[in-house]
Amino acid sequence: MSKLTQLLEEKDFLLADGATGTNLFDLGLEAGMAPDVWNLDLPQNITALHKSFLDAGSDILVTNSFGASSRRLKLHDMQDRVAEINARAAQIAAESAANIGRPVVIAGSVGPTGDLFAPLGELTYEQAVEVFIEQIEGLKQGGADVAWIETMSAPEEIAAAVEAAVTVGLPYTVTVSFDTAGRSMMGLTPGDFGTTMGKNATPPEAMGSNCGVGASDLLFALLALTDSAGDIPVIAKANAGIPHIKGDSVVYSGTPDLMETYACLAIDVGARIIGGCCGNRPEHVARMRKALDSHVKGEKPTRAELEEKLGALVSPPATKVKSEGGRRRRRAAN
Amino acid sequence: MSDDELNLSELDDTELSEQMQDDLYDGLKEEVCEGVNILLQRKWQPYDILTKVLVQGMKAVGDDFRDGILFVPEVLLAAGAMKGGMGILRPLLIETGAPKLGKMVVGTVKGDIHDIGKNLVGMMMEGAGFEVIDLGINTDADQFLAAIDEHKPDILGMSALLTTTMTYMKVVIETLKEKGIRDQLVVIVGGAPLNEEFGDAIGADAYCKDAAVAVETAKRLLTQRSA
Repeated sequence: MSKLTQLLEEKDFLLADGATGTNLFDLGLEAGMAPDVWNLDLPQNITALHKSFLDAGSDILVTNSFGASSRRLKLHDMQDRVAEINARAAQIAAESAANIGRPVVIAGSVGPTGDLFAPLGELTYEQAVEVFIEQIEGLKQGGADVAWIETMSAPEEIAAAVEAAVTVGLPYTVTVSFDTAGRSMMGLTPGDFGTTMGKNATPPEAMGSNCGVGASDLLFALLALTDSAGDIPVIAKANAGIPHIKGDSVVYSGTPDLMETYACLAIDVGARIIGGCCGNRPEHVARMRKALDSHVKGEKPTRAELEEKLGALVSPPATKVKSEGGRRRRRAAN
Repeated sequence: MSDDELNLSELDDTELSEQMQDDLYDGLKEEVCEGVNILLQRKWQPYDILTKVLVQGMKAVGDDFRDGILFVPEVLLAAGAMKGGMGILRPLLIETGAPKLGKMVVGTVKGDIHDIGKNLVGMMMEGAGFEVIDLGINTDADQFLAAIDEHKPDILGMSALLTTTMTYMKVVIETLKEKGIRDQLVVIVGGAPLNEEFGDAIGADAYCKDAAVAVETAKRLLTQRSA
């Protein structure tokens, strides 16, 4: 049994951590720099960030490896150091969590390649699997407990990352960004995502949603995902509202108050792993910890209740559907 | 299916135009190209094929994309079909000296490799009758400046998907201000983590939530500017 599953059996819920990228700005990261390279150059900053989340009460640390696949690192001419960067990312998180007196899951972040898959783009499925295997092997070697596949949008990219994790032999989780009219950018619905994951020969340890356009939209997507999730635990990792620019820095609109409300609603929706994505600082996570520890799970909220408590949906689902047949005289032959 | 045996050359101009727009919506590149060639044989002006048929067809795609009915894969297929038709028309448009709505330089900013949205904007803008110069990914301020100097565009478009790269847009806009050329351009920005307030705060003329909105916004701002 994986460490994540074991902890899920012991506890009602697990608290994940907050943002990586946006918090690294506070430590001197500049726009356009690769956060992943800091695992090699400035590991003390990554350690400091992990420790701040542990102090806030996180049970799960997501590693600083979101963009550490060869497809992304080639932009910084670091594509030959994938294994090393990922292994270091996992080691830094594991070292941060050592000897703190409670078990912490080291979740090896795996972000999307940024490429479109063939035939729309250049990247083939087989190439993508290779890219993810290289990254996930590095994470495993560095001591990651689980491959934390996140911010996904395309079904074929999810499948490639899952195949890679299974090949490497690391348990995995998948979270999707449902940021476009209640679906992912590539049109994946929460319900279809859940159903597909449940059919995998090696199902995920947990699945859910991260990032996107705010807490309301994320929990709205989880209303549908929890219906199709079966026994698979559900993850909620929402952004702290939306980004605003103040001077040269980016500040997120979501207050710790709002994220506290979000965390409790996430439990009511049916999530069991709660955390924050972009804009969530340690103080947001600490407030989630405090609120969740005393929260009694309530009724599953409706969309209206979510919007009342967290704000209106930023990207609500379409009110009309694509016209099939009828108007379209000739359709693609498939 | 008998529908598949539809012979485009047997349709009259109105039916063919409608069929081509439907084929565009469905991303059928070969059929769109075939339709363009038939209309050319029927002595249509290239500019009329572009504006009366293809641009109208892409508007339907753009509207349904904006409204959350079509998603990126369908829009990319449609844009690919549009590109096919444009491939035939572009040299003819230049030959016939057809009017252009304007010129745009577009790029994904430094540190960011994400170009799906940016490519969509480029294709939809081209589909709407703009000339588009695409600088690709990981574009720094110097590259934007050089392209602006060379091409003298009306519009600058910047894209970013990451919260760690979107602030670079501000760097570019500040550089434009320093060079005293900010006001010569309409600057539009887009990308998943952005919003209108962000666009305002960094000094862009507009934030565009998707490629369809980018086209509408570019047209509107250029009209306002020339008014």
